[in-house]
Formats: sequence, C-alpha cells, structure tokens
Amino acid sequence: MLVTFLPRVAPVWFLASRSLPPLVASWLRYVPPAVLAAMLLPSIVAPEGVVDLHWRNLYLMAAVPTLLVAWKTRSMFGAVLTGMALVALSRLVWGI
Amino acid sequence: MKTTGFVKEQPWLRGVSRALPIVMGYIPIGFAYGVLAQKAGLSVWQTLAMSVFVYAGSSQFIAVGLFSAGISPLSIIITTFIVNLRHMLMSAALSPNLKGWSKAELAVFAYELTDESFGVHTMSFKAGNPAKGEIFALNITAQTAWVLGSWLGCTMGGLISDVRPYGLDYALAAMFIALLVLAISDRIQVAVAVTAGVLSLVFLLAGLDQWHVILATVIGATIGVVVEECSKTR
Repeated sequence: MLVTFLPRVAPVWFLASRSLPPLVASWLRYVPPAVLAAMLLPSIVAPEGVVDLHWRNLYLMAAVPTLLVAWKTRSMFGAVLTGMALVALSRLVWGI
Repeated sequence: MKTTGFVKEQPWLRGVSRALPIVMGYIPIGFAYGVLAQKAGLSVWQTLAMSVFVYAGSSQFIAVGLFSAGISPLSIIITTFIVNLRHMLMSAALSPNLKGWSKAELAVFAYELTDESFGVHTMSFKAGNPAKGEIFALNITAQTAWVLGSWLGCTMGGLISDVRPYGLDYALAAMFIALLVLAISDRIQVAVAVTAGVLSLVFLLAGLDQWHVILATVIGATIGVVVEECSKTR
C-alpha cells in the first residue's frame, strides 16, 4: 500500500545519494534515541492510555530490570528474555 | 566452536540470527494481529495481504483495532499515514548508511522498514558495516515471522490461548527497551531520549494520539542538536 511505502522510500531515495549539511546529519543522529523513547515511554507508563505508576503495571516494573540487563550485557536477547520472564513470573506468582 | 564460526562468516545467516529478537516479538504480536483481524471480519486473505503488502508490524495491530471500533476506512488510512510518518524520519536517519545503493535496493530496503527493523539496523550500522546480504536477510526473516504469526493468528484464532502467561505480550516492549539502551552512546542522547519520551507521553495524554510520537521526536532531536552546538561553542 502506497500510504505506508511512500513515507519509507522517499527519504532514502532522495537522501542516500546526497551529502547532508552537518547540522541535518547531526539532527538525524538524534532521531533514533528520540523516536524509540517516544514510542516506548507511553507504552510502559500508560499501557492502557492513562498513567499507571502502580506496582501492578508490570510493563513499568519489568522495564527497570530489563533496562539494567540491556545496559550491562548489551544483549538484546538477554533483555527480551528477562523482560518476558519477569512479566510471566509476576503474573504466575501474583496472579495479575 | 565450529558452528559459531560458520554463522559469523555467512552474511545471510548473520542477518537471520540478528532478526531472531524481532522474530520473538513478531510471532506473538502477529498472532494477536491475526486473531483481531479475523474477529474484525477480515478474511484470511485480506489479513495476510496486509502483512505482506503493507507490512507495518505493530502499526497493523493498531489499524485493525481501529477497524474493529468501527472507524471509517478513510479515517483509518489517514491515521495510519500520520502514525507512519515517523517512518519518514527513520528512513532519513538511516540514509547516510545507505550511500551508493541503487534505487531498486533502496526501495526494497525501505519496503521492509518497520519500527523494529529500524532499531536493529541502527544498532548494526553503529557497530560496523554490515553486508547487504545480511541486511536483506534480516528484513526477510523479520517479515516472514510477521506473516507467519499473522497466519497462525487468523487460522488458529479460535483456539486462542492467552499469550499473557508467557509474558509474550511484553516481547516488543522489552525489545524496544534494549534497542533504546543500545542506541544511546552519550549524555546528550540520554537527555534527548528522556525528553522525547516524556513529551510523547504528555502529548498523548493531552489527546494528540496520532501526532505524539512525531512531535516528540522532532522536538527531542532538535533539542539534542541545539545542546550539541551550544556545548561546542563554549
């Protein structure tokens, strides 16, 4: 479907053959951390659409250990398994 | 170990192995998407066609949710377009790494661009210069997993067992956490991430549910550049 494909292909078609001005290149380098965080934070802090800081919000609680594992081990697999295991265990133990 | 050496030397296999975390997320979410699509009245063919031709990963999940809520197709298309505008930014962000690629190669690469593949590619490019074969293998594996998950979901949806006991619904979020951590290599980027994250949350709560990611990203990245420039001139 063009609606999804066009936004993806237009920039690379246009930009990959050009040299970007340094400021633009710098700006683009900040896009990954910004966009990943922009997508991530609402989904763990407000998974149902309202801010939920209660310990019952497993997405938020599991995020801290997951983040630590990702940081220390630099392993994506490790982090994903940690996160999933914590969520699964919490549900099993506390019946959330 | 012989096996590890072999995998490391074959770009295609490296690509596949790099896609495994995405696969782990895509099978359950694809499954959930397949189930939802079925329940929303889409036929198996329509469901799979979206996964093959649109391939928007978790965005498809949202679109189907809207469809179920009875939102008009035109609104859904517009919403999907706006929500996926972030892919424009992602595509632009990756473009410096794709210099010299042919238009056809770029088109194929862009076609396979999703939030998740963006995260992994950003990481790969940072760590080194992956071979094209590796990049394409990664993308194909990811989409195959997505289509497979979708197919499992729409054909087995009736037998649905909750993915929740296995924590599978957290797989994508956990992956994003890891991608975010791995994408950050200096203090300004930490600040940008925190700022963008908070802004995104605030905008969402303020009701900008289609624009919150884009706005937060643009503002966050801009702040990053400003801080970087200011700290240089000091």
